[in-house]
Amino acid sequence: MATVMTRPPAAGGTPPPPRLSARRPAVGDRGFQYLALACGLLVLVVLALIAVAMVSKSWPVFRDHAGTFFFSKTWDPARNKFGSLAFVYGTLVTSAIAIVVGVPVSIGIALLLTEVAPQWMRTPVVYVIDLLAAVPSVVIGLWGLLVLRKPLDNRYADFNNWFKHIPVLNTLFSGGGHQGTSLMTAGLILALMITPIVTSLSREVFATVPAAQKEGALALGATRWEMIRSSVLGYGRSGVVGAVMLGLGRAMGETIAVALLVGSSAQVTGHLFRPGDTMAGVIANQFGEASGEFRAALIGLGVVLFAITILVNLGARAVLNRSERRLEGAL
Amino acid sequence: MPRSPHLLRILAPAVLVALVGGACSSSKSSSSSTTAASSATTAAPGSTAAPTTAAAKVSGTLNGSGSTFQLAYDQAAIQAFQQANSGATINYQGKGSGAGQTDLANQVVDFAGSDVAASSSTTFKGGSLLYFPFVLGPITVSYNLSGHTGIKLSGETIAKIFALKITNWNDPAIAADGNSGLPNQAITVVHRSDSSGTTANFTAYLNAADKTDWTLGTGKTVNWASNTVAGNGNNGVATAIKGKAGAIGYVDYSDAKAAGLSWAMVKNAAGNFVDATLDGASASAGDATVKDDLTYNPINQSGAQDYPITSPTYIITYAKYSDAGKVALLKAFLHFILGTDGQNLAKTVDFAPISSSLDQKATAQIDQITTG
Repeated sequence: MATVMTRPPAAGGTPPPPRLSARRPAVGDRGFQYLALACGLLVLVVLALIAVAMVSKSWPVFRDHAGTFFFSKTWDPARNKFGSLAFVYGTLVTSAIAIVVGVPVSIGIALLLTEVAPQWMRTPVVYVIDLLAAVPSVVIGLWGLLVLRKPLDNRYADFNNWFKHIPVLNTLFSGGGHQGTSLMTAGLILALMITPIVTSLSREVFATVPAAQKEGALALGATRWEMIRSSVLGYGRSGVVGAVMLGLGRAMGETIAVALLVGSSAQVTGHLFRPGDTMAGVIANQFGEASGEFRAALIGLGVVLFAITILVNLGARAVLNRSERRLEGAL
Repeated sequence: MPRSPHLLRILAPAVLVALVGGACSSSKSSSSSTTAASSATTAAPGSTAAPTTAAAKVSGTLNGSGSTFQLAYDQAAIQAFQQANSGATINYQGKGSGAGQTDLANQVVDFAGSDVAASSSTTFKGGSLLYFPFVLGPITVSYNLSGHTGIKLSGETIAKIFALKITNWNDPAIAADGNSGLPNQAITVVHRSDSSGTTANFTAYLNAADKTDWTLGTGKTVNWASNTVAGNGNNGVATAIKGKAGAIGYVDYSDAKAAGLSWAMVKNAAGNFVDATLDGASASAGDATVKDDLTYNPINQSGAQDYPITSPTYIITYAKYSDAGKVALLKAFLHFILGTDGQNLAKTVDFAPISSSLDQKATAQIDQITTG
């Protein structure tokens, strides 16, 4: 198929650009199309291969011990007892702490950057937040171990004493057994690590709020905070939800920092200052020496984690897409 | 299509990369060590065949992986061996006994370092295995109690402490072992968060010393009580012990020494309190029963000078390899490790040499490695 490009003479009398050979664009275009398609398919194929390989390697555990695997709290490799409940619990709890602590801070920073801060402050703060995202997970984990562990242990001791007699809070914070490496410590570190993602996505969402909405609110007599609450937060709500879900996906999959700081104790406990363990953490710690059924059980944990993270990320993408379309006026 | 300028811009970096890559691969490589479970070793093909006498220089490449317990010794031995044999390159990656055994089973490496015998559930694709004991080391029971060095502990007391049945340093059971003036200080038990052969050997000792109090079994990963602290690697445990007053944990000798920890004198099966020293470990090896495949159990031996918590470690190889050059290099390396040079090297890196009778048996076994 030959494509002939004809160009009308330009208005100012400038000569038309040199014409390429008639066949080249078609072949080049199609070749590029296939190449791009191949790259896209490659990603899907790799994902599918990961899922298939992991499920097949962990199949013995699912086939023979599905009941205990999904519902038992005991993880005892020396006696071939493999229950994932403690790790699912630990993953959910540390991620929940990360969200509860990290999201308000991130939204606050995003609002600071879009509404409150003077212009000269915005660029440096954005740079610093992005730098935080660039710090490797293992470095943050080591920093937590070397620097945070002792002071946090002392603070936990204080909290332990303060909340001893308050009905609901004493289950969460008191009861002894507190350690520097615990569910709370891992949760706090995760909060630190999801802050850059949630901040930058929220900032983008808040920046697209139409000025007319904000000015309208102010014109109606709203205070600064009321304007932010109604126009900015209201308008960007679904975008922020999407950002939070992406942050949640990251928090669930975070491995090394959590493996070092969560305390590595497979238990289901309501006391946040006690040690726990997460799926990613236990795989990182125990895979090197595992063999046979133990190895299959760890891979099974990986399958569960894979499934949960994919679901969370898909949900985040769906919410973000909807919010983007709304921001562009489609809804 | 425009020619020279663009072509040059593409070729120049490619040539640069090729030159740098060539320079890197031809120099002797030092053994790399990682403790992350996901590293992979690549098996490089063996090169020219070398004379089979142990004294002649050998060349070629050998890959191994496995136990981190023996890593410090392996690095020193490889360096010394490569200096004596400039054509030889040996790579050893410390990623855990289990990972090393898996690599050997899949023939990704030529030999594995392991603190425990190969598990029966793994199929080794290369055929039958040979075990070579070459060094061993004590596992210390280190603690953090300022002002008290050389605390004496019996096996039952240690088992009770790690089972959380004794929770304070001033417990009469600890004083009954021959200690006085211990303070009122809560005991914090520290253990490994990662799976490890050190845990396997330590729990094997607890099992042997006091089965009634120690109920968690033995293995590379054990279901520790939740009221304990976990550290990553021997160093992590050492740091955790140092960071908490009253902490106690198990750390291998070289890391405990490097961290400056105090450790306990442990009562052996003969009733003597023995310090964790290399001589105590060697004595345990000498008294242990050696099986036909040369694996042995130096834990809780009853000689007078034996240190009861001693960890054996082995180099596991196949009996047959298809590459004659690799066989020659492997045999030369094993002769080096088991010979005077290698055994004298052990003490300089805080490992105990094996007894001479065990050394003789292991050296004789080297001839069982053949090409085929």
